[in-house]
Amino acid sequence: MKKPFDRRSFLRLSAFSIGAGALLHLNPLASRAEAAGIRDLFHHRNGESPEAFTLVQLSDTHVGFQGPPDPLGTKAFERAVDTINALDRQPDLILFTGDLTHDSEDSAEHARRFARFQEIAGRLRVKKRLHVPGEHDAALDGGVLFREHFGETHYSFDHRGVHFVALDNVSRGKPVVGAEQIDWLRRDLARYAHTAPIVVFTHRPLFDLKPEWEWFTADGDQVMNVLAPYESVTVLYGHIHREHHQQTGSAQHHAARSLIFAFPDPALVADKKPLPFDPTQPFHNLGIRKIVEGGRSPRIEDVELTAREVSGTEGIQQLIKGESSL
Amino acid sequence: MKKALLTLFILIAVSAQERAPRVVEITAKKFEFSPNVITLKKGEPVTLRLTSTDRAHGLLVQAFHIDLDVEGGQSTEVTFTPGVSGSFPAICDHYCGSGHGNMKMVVVVE
Repeated sequence: MKKPFDRRSFLRLSAFSIGAGALLHLNPLASRAEAAGIRDLFHHRNGESPEAFTLVQLSDTHVGFQGPPDPLGTKAFERAVDTINALDRQPDLILFTGDLTHDSEDSAEHARRFARFQEIAGRLRVKKRLHVPGEHDAALDGGVLFREHFGETHYSFDHRGVHFVALDNVSRGKPVVGAEQIDWLRRDLARYAHTAPIVVFTHRPLFDLKPEWEWFTADGDQVMNVLAPYESVTVLYGHIHREHHQQTGSAQHHAARSLIFAFPDPALVADKKPLPFDPTQPFHNLGIRKIVEGGRSPRIEDVELTAREVSGTEGIQQLIKGESSL
Repeated sequence: MKKALLTLFILIAVSAQERAPRVVEITAKKFEFSPNVITLKKGEPVTLRLTSTDRAHGLLVQAFHIDLDVEGGQSTEVTFTPGVSGSFPAICDHYCGSGHGNMKMVVVVE
C-alpha cells in the first residue's frame, strides 16, 4: 500500500516577490520519499521529471507608456533584463503577468510597442518565456495583437512536476475569466490528482482586493472554486503595481511589482494615483528582490536597479535622452 | 358594468404610474460619467439608464450588485431599490482606453 503524499511539503515555493518581478524557487518534491508516486505520475503522463527549479515573474512593463510617474520609459524593464541575465543560476522560466505594453488607439502604434517589448525581452538569456495579457495589451482589440505575438491568451503546461495554468481575465474588456475558460480550466485540471502542485498565472487578482480600483476579477471566486480541491495552488498576478500576498482557502496569491511605476497602498489613500517619480531614487519600488536558495531558509537579497549613471538629476537626464521614442 | 371596468382600469393605470420608478440618466464617454454624482432615496425604486456616446463602457456599483454594459451609441438600464444609506463608489469596468482608471462616479443614498 502506498503511503499518502506529504501534501504540505509537496510544493515548496520558497520565496516570492519582487520589485521588477519575482525570482521564485520551487521544489515540487521537497525531498520527501513519499513523493515518488507523484514523480511516477508526471513521468508517465508527460515525461516530466519533478525537481527543484527557479523562475522569474515580471509584470506590467507597459512598453510605450509615457508620463510623469515614469519619465524613464523602458529603462527599468531593460535593467531588470540585465539583472536577470547576470544571475549565476539562470531561472528555468520567465512568466510575464500582463500589461507588457501600454495600449494605443492606433493599432499600428500598439503593434510597434509589442515589437519593442519583444526586442527587449529577447535579450533575456532564458528562452522559455510565457505570457498572459493585461487589459492594456488585449482589452481594446479582444486580444488580437497579443495572439499575433504570443499565441493563445490561456493555456497550460507542465514543468518539472508543476502544472502551470495561464488564465486570461482581461481580453473581454471586463475583469472576467468567462464561463468558457472556466469550463476549459475544469477539464484541464481533471487530468491531475488533487495533490498535484499548480501554479496559476494571470493579470488581475482572482479575489476582491480593491474592487473600486478594479483590483478584482468578477468571476474569480468561480475560478478559485474549481481550484479548491487542489491542495497546492499558487496564483501569481500583476496589475496592482505593488507587492501583495494573500491567502484564500489554501491557495496563496502573490502580486509582483511593476516595471514602470508603483501604485500606493489602497488602505492608506483614497485615490488610485501612481506614486510620484523620485529623481533621487528613479527605480524606487521597481527594484528586484532576489531569492537565493541556501541553508535551511532562502536568503533574500534586494537587487538595486539604480546604477551609477542614474544617481542624481544629471544621470536621470542621460537616461531620458537615451530612451528611444515610441 | 362597462363603466365600472373602465374606472378600475384607470385606477390601475394611475396607480402604476404613481409607482413608476424615477429615471436617472447617466451618460458615459471616454473617460467620464455625467453626472459623476447621483443622489437617490433609500427605499425608493429608481431606474438608472446608462447611455454611451462613444464606445463600450460598463457601470459597476458593487454595493448594489449593479453591473451594466453598454455599447457605443446605445443605452441600457436597471431598476433597483437602494436599501441602505451612504456614499458608494461606481466605476466603469469595461476597459475603454488609457484614461479608463479615472472613469468613476459616486452614488449617494439619503
